[in-house]
Amino acid sequence: MDNVAVRVVDVVVERGGKRVLHGISTTMPRGNVTGLIGPSGGGKTTLLPAIVGVQSVRSGHIEVLGGPAGSPGLRSRVGYVTQAPSVYPDLTVKENVRYFASLYPRDDEDVYRVIADVGLSEAADQLVGALSGGQHSRASLACALLGRPELLVLDEPTVGQDPLLREELWQRFHDLARAGTTLLVSSHVMDEAAHCDRLILLREGQVVADDTVAAVRQKAGTEDLEQAFLKLIKQRSGEPA
Amino acid sequence: MSARILLSTARRALAQLRHDRRTVAMILVVPLVLMVLVYYLFENQPGTFDHVGLTMLGLFPFVLMFIVTSVAMLRERTSGTLERLLTTPLHKADLLFGYGLAFGLAAAVQAVLAAGLAYWALDLRTQGSIVLVVVIAVCDAVLGMALGLFFSAFAQSEFQAVQFMPAVVLPQILLCGLFSPRPQMTGWMRDLSDVMPLTYAVQGLQQVGLFSSPTALMWRDLGIVIGAALLALALASVTLRRRTA
Repeated sequence: MDNVAVRVVDVVVERGGKRVLHGISTTMPRGNVTGLIGPSGGGKTTLLPAIVGVQSVRSGHIEVLGGPAGSPGLRSRVGYVTQAPSVYPDLTVKENVRYFASLYPRDDEDVYRVIADVGLSEAADQLVGALSGGQHSRASLACALLGRPELLVLDEPTVGQDPLLREELWQRFHDLARAGTTLLVSSHVMDEAAHCDRLILLREGQVVADDTVAAVRQKAGTEDLEQAFLKLIKQRSGEPA
Repeated sequence: MSARILLSTARRALAQLRHDRRTVAMILVVPLVLMVLVYYLFENQPGTFDHVGLTMLGLFPFVLMFIVTSVAMLRERTSGTLERLLTTPLHKADLLFGYGLAFGLAAAVQAVLAAGLAYWALDLRTQGSIVLVVVIAVCDAVLGMALGLFFSAFAQSEFQAVQFMPAVVLPQILLCGLFSPRPQMTGWMRDLSDVMPLTYAVQGLQQVGLFSSPTALMWRDLGIVIGAALLALALASVTLRRRTA
């Protein structure tokens, strides 16, 4: 088995006539937490759906777990959590998770486990629409964990979560990775980058950096990742660092 | 397609309805109130309620299911749940028929209540059986639901989805033979009426009103209603795309 979970080759994506991704290439190894970091509008939220196979690609190709992105065989192997929480606000947390569990199918034990994993056990019988924004998106995450996907794609999963819970979520992501799941997590917050094994920095539709956290720090000659990215961006555009 | 996924999708749609008590009350009570209104409207015109009341029994489920389904489906599209569902082992047909089953059940309850009130409290008289009336009413509901699923694809907001009611449903009600008998319509009006599926639902109900046993025309009309519903469902499934441009 190939050790590459996702291989992106020269991918160009246009949305509404505007070029959003300018020929991106990268690979993501299996069993790793890869962070897709960059400012909003940089192309993160276009690359993720392209990898999941719900966004058309103008040219280039994307290979996921050994098959073309979006091919029917991948559907149960890839989990995807969008930035807008995609669960039913007019159902309770438990009803939501139960419904998605029935699709795979998963049993009640799994239902309670994923609800506990995202810290929503106490709110399990509340309507999702009545929860706070952070809880709402955790309900969405719980549904994605159900599929026990080999690749889990998470768009900004930690936004709006309290710091303690954010730590727990990152802990949980690493537990999953150790168990063999590949995670691709996007964030526009640089201090989240330190939690990842590898980083892909995306800016204006181009890859600015693509390496392990340690290598990015070393290349830029600073421990501070925010500073490191600034340096790399300036180096790239030819300005003095 | 999977029976398990289809059933759990139907159960989920019903659970959503159950949490929305006000909508359930509207679905069940509004037709009853309207039926009573129509009864008193024609109180002094003997025989008219038998005709109009019977037609209403076919219209309520059609109109209501059209609105409920188009809004439910639009929410599914705009909330991102549709996109997520299509990344799971769920098949489009599971979703469409799951909705069909759930709302079909809701429509059946509504049709039984409305027909019960009309027959036993308001003394509606038909030559044919009340069972046939309920069967046709449920098929009307499925037709309304299928059209709602399809037209929701062309709405970008709930505001727009509701506007499809006057655009798609009202012309069918105007031309179905309720306001003016079909034989009296001018040529092009008649042609329009001929291509609207609701026409056949109403005609089928009138057959039950006029004849004590099911007629060939009634079966044909029922067949057309079901055929139109299946066609709309097939078109609706084309609009459920996994990939965005």
